Amino acid sequence: MLRFDFLNARNLRHAISLLERHGDEARAVAGSTDFLVRWRQSGPGRWRPAFVVNIKGLSGLGRITYSPQNGLRLGALATVQAIETNAQVRRRYQALATGATSFAGVQVRNLATVGGNVCNASPAGDTLPALLAFDAQCAIVGPEGPRMLPLTEFFQGPGRTALQQGELLTQLTLPPPTPRTGSIYIKHSPRGAMDIATVGVASVITLEEDGATCKDARIALGAVGPVPFRASEAENLLKGRELSPDALGQAAEAARNAATPIDDVRGTAAYRKDMVEALTRRTLQHALRIAGGQRVPFEEQRRLAVQTAF
Amino acid sequence: MNKQSLSIKVNGRERQTLVAPYYSLLDTLRDELQLTGTKKGCDEGDCGACTVILDGNPVTSCLVLALSAQGSEVTTVEGLASPDTLHPVQQAFIERGGLQCGYCTPGLIMAAVGLLQDNLQPSAEEVKFAIGNNLCRCTGYTKVVEAILLAAERMAAAE
Repeated sequence: MLRFDFLNARNLRHAISLLERHGDEARAVAGSTDFLVRWRQSGPGRWRPAFVVNIKGLSGLGRITYSPQNGLRLGALATVQAIETNAQVRRRYQALATGATSFAGVQVRNLATVGGNVCNASPAGDTLPALLAFDAQCAIVGPEGPRMLPLTEFFQGPGRTALQQGELLTQLTLPPPTPRTGSIYIKHSPRGAMDIATVGVASVITLEEDGATCKDARIALGAVGPVPFRASEAENLLKGRELSPDALGQAAEAARNAATPIDDVRGTAAYRKDMVEALTRRTLQHALRIAGGQRVPFEEQRRLAVQTAF
Repeated sequence: MNKQSLSIKVNGRERQTLVAPYYSLLDTLRDELQLTGTKKGCDEGDCGACTVILDGNPVTSCLVLALSAQGSEVTTVEGLASPDTLHPVQQAFIERGGLQCGYCTPGLIMAAVGLLQDNLQPSAEEVKFAIGNNLCRCTGYTKVVEAILLAAERMAAAE
């Protein structure tokens, strides 16, 4: 019979000392939605720690706050459901709200934490493209003290992160969006929100005061490489330009060329590349619409982001 | 690796039991507390048959480590009805035929209860979104959605 010891972390310092003491034999667990699935599975990819360090109860790490100076602060233990329903997230960070809404079902979202989604480092994590596109910074605490790291440097491969032994991700910080910014995430998957993304794309557009020229563009792709990543060449094709359909098409093609997907049960590599191009164009169109001041109710954003399963 | 003590409030009653560290909340409810109304379908969070309300939120209890629910409050399908009245959601499922084999029904009912505690005027689309985590292979969902909308209507009228 397979077993593990359940160690309840009383506070952050206690969690870090437990993780440091037990090293590779320990795993920090919060919502446990990934953990219990991977622990029960057989064969490669299963997780079999000897010690589970429960960090769910650490106080103060579940907060979501927004201020015009500091932007959005997501405690690592904030649930995906809390992010999805947060008024500031819906208003200012649409790609994150739509990423959260396309993340499994409400019962899983009520358990799963954003820190878990980031630390799990799946190329297909549904909150990850939006977090990358909003330039999220990771606050990390470990035995040596705190440090900050851009999320782009956090992902090192499928399931691999920059966290060192004994370190915990405690917070994600997203800078405040500048005026005339719009964004959206679109997920393509066989069973709507309930399945893993075949492709996920988040786009963020900021317009100049003229309302037509692109001041900034940020595009992040999920499930089409070993880690979720920014399509920088596609972004650069848009900056400073007027966002004509041609320009969006060129950026979509550049995003396609940046993708290095694999064949798997959810789709072939060739299909995924086609979908990257289609979804990049589509997310840019809707981000542009929102950046231009058009009000797109959340229910409509949800319909765009993910298809209902039935 | 020994069993640890778990204190948890289930359907309004304080319960204490010993659980192994790897026990899920679902296994604890079914095997330790004999509350078998909550069903085990996939045991990986996909089917929703194990849905319970944990500290106010609907969750898939198969994905909750029992010991992480220490001190929490849980409502299962057994906790909905009073001795002589069904919960409006249960009543509506019967009247509208929102069930066939019944295996997914406790989970669907708990997901509906979770939705209706926040929103008594859901659209059909919102209902579908709220039960997106629940698989039913019999009904095709049409009657389920109708039942939940009927329950919402009655609960809103009763407020």
